[in-house]
Amino acid sequence: MKVLVTIKRVIDYSVKVRVKRDGSGIDFSGVKMSLNPFDEIAVEEAIRQKEKGKASEIVVVSIGEKDCQETLRAALALGADRAIHVKTSLETQPLGVAKVLKVLVEREKPELVILGKQAIDDDCNQTGQMLSALLNWPQGTFVSKLEVMKDKIRVVREVDGGLETLDMPLPAIVTTDLRLNEPRYATLPNIMKAKQKPLEEISAISLNVDLTPHLKTLHVKEPPKRKAGVKVKTVDELLDKLQKEAKVF
Amino acid sequence: MALLLIAEHTQNTLTPGTLATLTAAQSFSMPIHMVLFGKDCQKVAEKARSFKNVKKVLKVENPLLEHMVAEVATPTLMELAKDYDYILASSSTYGKNLLPRLAALLNVAQISDVVEIQGKDIFLRPIYAGNALAMVKSEDAIKILTIRATAFEKALPDLSKAAIETYAFKPPMGAVSTFVKMEESRSERPELTAASTVVSGGRGFQSKEKFALLEELADVLGAAIGASRAAVDAGFVPNDFQVGQTGKIVAPDLYIAIGISGAIQHLAGMKDSKVIVAINKDPEAPIFQVADYGLVGDLFVLLPELITKAKEILRRNKEKQ
Ligand SMILES: Cc1cc2nc3c(=O)[nH]c(=O)nc-3n(C[C@H](O)[C@H](O)[C@H](O)COP(=O)(O)OP(=O)(O)OC[C@H]3O[C@@H](n4cnc5c(N)ncnc54)[C@H](O)[C@@H]3O)c2cc1C
Ligand SMILES: Nc1ncnc2c1ncn2[C@@H]1O[C@H](COP(=O)(O)O)[C@@H](O)[C@H]1O
Repeated sequence: MKVLVTIKRVIDYSVKVRVKRDGSGIDFSGVKMSLNPFDEIAVEEAIRQKEKGKASEIVVVSIGEKDCQETLRAALALGADRAIHVKTSLETQPLGVAKVLKVLVEREKPELVILGKQAIDDDCNQTGQMLSALLNWPQGTFVSKLEVMKDKIRVVREVDGGLETLDMPLPAIVTTDLRLNEPRYATLPNIMKAKQKPLEEISAISLNVDLTPHLKTLHVKEPPKRKAGVKVKTVDELLDKLQKEAKVF
Repeated sequence: MALLLIAEHTQNTLTPGTLATLTAAQSFSMPIHMVLFGKDCQKVAEKARSFKNVKKVLKVENPLLEHMVAEVATPTLMELAKDYDYILASSSTYGKNLLPRLAALLNVAQISDVVEIQGKDIFLRPIYAGNALAMVKSEDAIKILTIRATAFEKALPDLSKAAIETYAFKPPMGAVSTFVKMEESRSERPELTAASTVVSGGRGFQSKEKFALLEELADVLGAAIGASRAAVDAGFVPNDFQVGQTGKIVAPDLYIAIGISGAIQHLAGMKDSKVIVAINKDPEAPIFQVADYGLVGDLFVLLPELITKAKEILRRNKEKQ
């Protein structure tokens, strides 16, 4: 089973992002960039399936500027076999990304595509569902358990209200949730080895896909700040404040 | 101009998220058609018909729709979608699972987690775990939005009686997933995203057994229970208790965070609560930066005291009435 995994380069989850003064967007200067955590989980899952003898080859794909290649190398260091960078200087939005992925799926013919459920920059939570619709393949979103069976996969989905189990015929689309696995760290020898692994660069234009954003960001602002509260010393004081000031009792 | 609202329901009632989405829909001042998917939707359709601006309730009924599988509902939705300028659903896992599919097939963008409708094509939505708000303009003819429930009041029914119609189910072509089972995290407590009080616990509770202390507080306050990712990962509570960027978004009147450090991802899910209380032994914990009232100390000492004293206050309040 060939597996395609998508990789987005995003601001590291531990960074407190700042909005630019002029409201034009987020300040990227000097900010640490990483593999989107949900994509890291996707890569890990593909590797585990390979270790179990279920997956044959793991191809990772990223769409964006040149520096995506650094993130793809990180995925190769974790254990992916091969990388594809679809180069564009346009802002990537889920619809455009899904269209590019569709073309790549038709070319690479994987049986399973694993995406993150959500990119932690745009927080869209859309791309996997869009790709599934465009390919007319079954979708399993927000997956916290994946079992590869003979001619299908069984997934457990984290939904509001509990856990839902689905059987999915292959080929299929899966998006990862936090509890699918705990990603490993890349070892130094693997980081060295990753430098030799194949990384193909394709220009988005050559794929004939329209990546023009459908959404225009007019401006970006900071959310209203909560005013600083007070520290209370005792439980009595807390309950007193809750009754008299907050009136929640 | 007309708006289609994909309503999530429990067979008996519309979900709180759907009621909030209705309020967002009403702000467009155009006729609203609500579509209900399910095996049997008559009961909930009777309820759905009585809201301002709702002109039609469409039932799509089929045994295959007993459990929503996105691929199964998509062809019917595609048939329906052609007649609408706006398509809305709540940004629950239900809405998030469905709407991007529709958008892709209609070749339009989907706008996630809308918190403010600024105009017919301009919307405000949080990005980066709510650390920024983006004002976006849609360039598409059809606007497909998921609505963040905490940003809108829940719509109240009125005396109107919209027509209830049946809309033909269009079966899917090609391979689809099949529903196997649902393990519900049942609870007698109020639903997390709709509760007026939420008490949340984190890694500080140390174990599932000790987490039970939080349940006692929830019982006293009639609160829903929430949790940090760490508490869910450690197995103290089920997955759908997670509050945060990638869990549930809550905005109750009172949110009490206990043994939770206050990571960006957690704050993203609760910082719009009206009153926030934090109990943590670390005075530097970031949760105190958003808390209206912070109490520094050991939760295993403070929580039992809080439970006893809150119980006493509530008992006295009751006697006074
Ligand atoms: C992609 C991604 C998505 C995420 N999504 C979410 C999300 O949706 N929701 C979420 O919550 N997190 C999320 N996280 C995780 C988040 O970054 C934090 O790791 C998590 O919120 C920490 O949980 P915690 O506060 O319970 O644990 P910790 O950070 O370990 O904090 C425990 C706290 O308990 C206090 N404590 C310990 N013992 C006691 C005691 N006896 N009395 C009082 N206080 C005590 C400590 O001082 C500490 O502040 C996400 C992370 C990533 C990478
Ligand atoms: N530019 C991109 N390149 C590669 N993968 C992407 C890109 N954008 C989104 N994805 C994938 O789609 C998932 C969901 O993203 P989103 O729909 O933007 O929240 C991410 O976790 C990635 O796996």
